[in-house]
Amino acid sequence: MNNSAIPVAAMPAKKFNLNTNQKAFLLFLLILGMVLLVWEVGARMGWFSQLMPSASATLKDFWWWISNPFFDYGPNDRGIGWLLLTSLRRVLLGFAIGSAIAIPLGILIGLSEVVSRAVDPFIQILKPVSPLAWLPLGLGLLKNSESTALFVIAITSIWPTLINTKFGVSHVDQSYLDVTRTLGASRWRTLTKVILPAAAPYIVSGLRISIGIAWLVIVAAEILVGGSGIGYFVWNEWNNLKITSIITAILVIGVMGLLLDRLFGLLQTWVSFGQRL
Amino acid sequence: MITSAISLSGTATMSASAHLSIHQVSKVYFGKRDWLSRATRKATLDYVALEDINLEIEPNTFVSIIGPSGCGKSTLLNIIAGLSQPTTGTVMIGGVPISSPGPDRGVVFQNYALMPWMTVLENIRFAIATVHPKLSAARQTAIAQEYIELVGLRGAEQRHPHELSGGMKQRVGIARALAIDPQILLMDEPFGALDALTRGFLQDEVERIWEQQRKTVILITHSIEEALLLSDKIVMMTRGPEAKIAKILDVPFPRPRHRESLDQHPAYHSLKAEMELHLSRETRAVEESRIRRTVAVES
Repeated sequence: MNNSAIPVAAMPAKKFNLNTNQKAFLLFLLILGMVLLVWEVGARMGWFSQLMPSASATLKDFWWWISNPFFDYGPNDRGIGWLLLTSLRRVLLGFAIGSAIAIPLGILIGLSEVVSRAVDPFIQILKPVSPLAWLPLGLGLLKNSESTALFVIAITSIWPTLINTKFGVSHVDQSYLDVTRTLGASRWRTLTKVILPAAAPYIVSGLRISIGIAWLVIVAAEILVGGSGIGYFVWNEWNNLKITSIITAILVIGVMGLLLDRLFGLLQTWVSFGQRL
Repeated sequence: MITSAISLSGTATMSASAHLSIHQVSKVYFGKRDWLSRATRKATLDYVALEDINLEIEPNTFVSIIGPSGCGKSTLLNIIAGLSQPTTGTVMIGGVPISSPGPDRGVVFQNYALMPWMTVLENIRFAIATVHPKLSAARQTAIAQEYIELVGLRGAEQRHPHELSGGMKQRVGIARALAIDPQILLMDEPFGALDALTRGFLQDEVERIWEQQRKTVILITHSIEEALLLSDKIVMMTRGPEAKIAKILDVPFPRPRHRESLDQHPAYHSLKAEMELHLSRETRAVEESRIRRTVAVES
């Protein structure tokens, strides 16, 4: 079987001289097709658990969710667009709060060696903690599930941005600083006109990592906190044993995460001016 | 500052240029000798980079400093720029000792040191606006334009440094240093990172610009031809550590100079031979001392 398959696959490649992108796309389609095929056949033949829906049923349900994203029939029956927007609003708000703490603090510790060393133990100990560990603390302190979600996302967003901002600010090319010194620039002018633009690519790269982690964490946070959002939806549909909705949610969460990452990737190019990180 | 500068005879200068006096300057990088470094065998010896440098530079002269690599040329330039402090001795401009960097000295850096997020125009205007914050924005732009034209970059004002060739970047560097109208221009191997053809072209450009703006220039260089083409005086330094001034040569060629006809001057070949002899002797000694040091470490 293999012997006959290889020449057939190789021949069109020689004839049309496909480039790398086209070859990769064909391979992508092949893998996708294989996965869907195994899934469909497996589900129909009962290879998996009873709960596992077939690929065709999942695609049908996926299309149903995607084609009508903005309906609202009460808190437990809303379109996937609303669910996504609810989660996105939380992530962006929490991320904004976290960044508003992380960037100024990062600038401060990047500029001052003393502050940097003094604050470093706090950062080193708190950074590796899973953001979800903060969740009970948030509930206890804030006594409100909405604020707790924002609190967890804000804490999550702080660390990569803080560390990258500190690195960017403290590693500004010495020759830029020499230029400002020879010109007699004030400290404020040096900070706003040279240090911050020079650190901007690092800051944005920190923001990019932060928003990625924040988007990871929102699903878990919403599952635990409940109420609304795409994470809550995943858990709700699990309780309804609607696996097709869960798979739909997974894909939608993935696409949204990709879009957020690309957005910050663009911002990164925009502030880099040909500099390589 | 300007009032303290020495008055000038009728040369076509933009602003007053001042007498630069380097008096008994030495620079020692102190090693680590504390008990912790000793205990961890990380103690290092003091390194004497420069020892007893004395140099008088008349206003409006072009001086090159040449020497083997690692001889402390850049250290000396950084001290004059005020970016580094001498261990002993003083540097005086127009009779006033300097202690910090200042806009009376314009610096051209070897790695260009252009801000990547600023356009050509913004890089130059940044320097002008920093030194003359009270000037109107329109006036700042006009001055920046003037210097962009001087270095022949008209049409590239809105480009960012990463869109420029090395030669163009260094022209921006030169324009930025000149735009603040300094009394002294300091250039630290400005063409070191450029290919030979671009380097020759930029040397001609600097010669042309210097004919228009006869500032005091101190140029650090490795290149004998560059020094001969551009300088009034060439300061030859010995190898480090404890680098000193070996000899100061006067370059008598008339100006404006052209690289094609420069070697027809009777003094050209003897000057060049003397510099080559000095540099090859010092460089050989540096290499030999390095070889001996490696052997000593290995044995």
